[in-house]
Amino acid sequence: MTTELSAPPTSKPLRSIKQPRLPKQAPLIAVAVAVAAGALLGLSLGWGLAPIVVLAGLLYVIGLTVWSRIVETPRAATDRLITSLVWVSLIIALIPLVSLLTTVITKGAPAITGTFLSTSMRGVISGPGGINHAIIGTLLITLGATVMAVPIGLLTAVYLVEYGQGSRLAGAIRFLIDVMTGIPSIVAGLFAYALFSLILGPGTFFGFGGSVALTILMIPIVVRSSEEMLKLVPSDLREASYALGVPKWRTILKVVVPTAMAGIITGITLAIARVIGETAPLVIAAGVTDSINTNLFSGQMTSLPVFVYNSYSNPGSEVDVAVQMAWGAALVLIVIVMGLNILARVLGKILSPKTGH
Amino acid sequence: MAKSIDVSDLNIYYSDFLAVEGVNMTIKARSVTALIGPSGCGKSTFLRTLNRMHEVIPGARVEGKVMVGGQSLYDSDVDPVEVRRMVGMVFQRPNPFPTMSIYENVLAGVRLNSKRISKSDADALVEKSLQGANLWNEVKERLNKPGMGLSGGQQQRLCIARAIAVEPEILLMDEPCSALDPISTSAVEDLIHELKEQYTIVIVTHNMQQAARVSEDTAFFNLAATGKPGKLIEMNPTKKIFSVPDEEATEAYISGRFG
Repeated sequence: MTTELSAPPTSKPLRSIKQPRLPKQAPLIAVAVAVAAGALLGLSLGWGLAPIVVLAGLLYVIGLTVWSRIVETPRAATDRLITSLVWVSLIIALIPLVSLLTTVITKGAPAITGTFLSTSMRGVISGPGGINHAIIGTLLITLGATVMAVPIGLLTAVYLVEYGQGSRLAGAIRFLIDVMTGIPSIVAGLFAYALFSLILGPGTFFGFGGSVALTILMIPIVVRSSEEMLKLVPSDLREASYALGVPKWRTILKVVVPTAMAGIITGITLAIARVIGETAPLVIAAGVTDSINTNLFSGQMTSLPVFVYNSYSNPGSEVDVAVQMAWGAALVLIVIVMGLNILARVLGKILSPKTGH
Repeated sequence: MAKSIDVSDLNIYYSDFLAVEGVNMTIKARSVTALIGPSGCGKSTFLRTLNRMHEVIPGARVEGKVMVGGQSLYDSDVDPVEVRRMVGMVFQRPNPFPTMSIYENVLAGVRLNSKRISKSDADALVEKSLQGANLWNEVKERLNKPGMGLSGGQQQRLCIARAIAVEPEILLMDEPCSALDPISTSAVEDLIHELKEQYTIVIVTHNMQQAARVSEDTAFFNLAATGKPGKLIEMNPTKKIFSVPDEEATEAYISGRFG
């Protein structure tokens, strides 16, 4: 009887972890080639800039993917494809932003002078006037709205998170807040106008009416963002506070809200940035004036967006001057919003919980 | 100062679910009582009823009686906030307040209740509490740094300092060492030994050696099956529980035959 020895197991070849890779600068090379090819083809066909850019983008995505598919593994090719698409999307998303900023800055910057910022349009018959009245109007109306919307919104959020969990009332409030988010801004303006017309007689225009209209637009944003921030506060902290014999309201005031403060402030700033550019409700509720009005509760008040709209739609005899002032006012508005955002970031940094590292 | 706790016929519910059933127990003053048992048997739930913390969870309620120093905790005219000032608690995970410095964390119980306290009294209280928690020497140079910057073990001792700064009579500890390394654990255990001179301590632990090391009495909780309520199986001096327990189930659990 012969015993057949089984063949010794063939030793497996060492599995290589190396794969062919494109050079590190491959995306840059692809961009250069795509732009060159796109420009060459486009110019020879007499195309404009936009089609050439689109063509170059397409060539880049396809070219890099195909190149990678030939040299590298299929997985690497998919990776290259998705990465290029992400980059292209980012650039597409940035185009309007950059274009808007450069247009506003190039057209608006020449209008900005000391007089432009410090005087109003009162009595200006020819030549550029000033937008001081509109800056004051914007700041006052928005401040009025913030003063009303933040307490209401924050307290509503506190109720939703701390007291109303799972209750029907909280569900109803959440639903109504969602509905409020969708209110067209002009409806908010009409509401404020109608409200004060009923109370104070028809044809009442004043800054406070504008503030009320903006408040209606701000409240849902403040509630939603504050609610999310309060929910993020760990329940451990609430329990730690209760266990020290601290009543619930003090726990909320001294532990929960301070812990969430950075996020709440960011939410409030976003809400302000959202309403500060509102035009329609202010045209309806706050009216228009050429004079500086520092009283929210009496007399019409112009805000920057309303001023921009009016300068553009009723430029008067000197159209160029009026249009340039509109651009200038738009630039000032953007700077104010940016200033608010920076302020919010600084406050958020200062107020956010310290890690000690 | 320290008070004893008497529990009689205590049933604990989460909404309709009976979580712990029929607990009768006497916890001696100035001693350490350990609660042991498998996960889900209701040790922590029971612990939280001793300072009315469990009712923070919506739907939680109790039937039965808990007497602390002769006062019933669940009478209708009892203010749970006052109960919690008398019965302090330390949690499983260290939870210092992230917005506060070490100094403010220790004073949190005083400051959050807006009691007036002079600067010198506050300094003295912070030093006393931190020394009581064996943390003073490690943090005295950086009292104004954030409490979150400490290591896990230091944070837990900070939480103990915070709990004893309000001068409770009873201290409840819910697995205070389960998130700590052995060195920090031993620091906390030493602390428990010192604290029992002044306080009545009830500690939940999963660590049988820890129960044996720190406690005078041990209570063993168990549940028949998941979904069934947890019950107190046996309560006896720790030495007896770990050598000749009365119940079969206790011995099985302690010797590691189940659980």
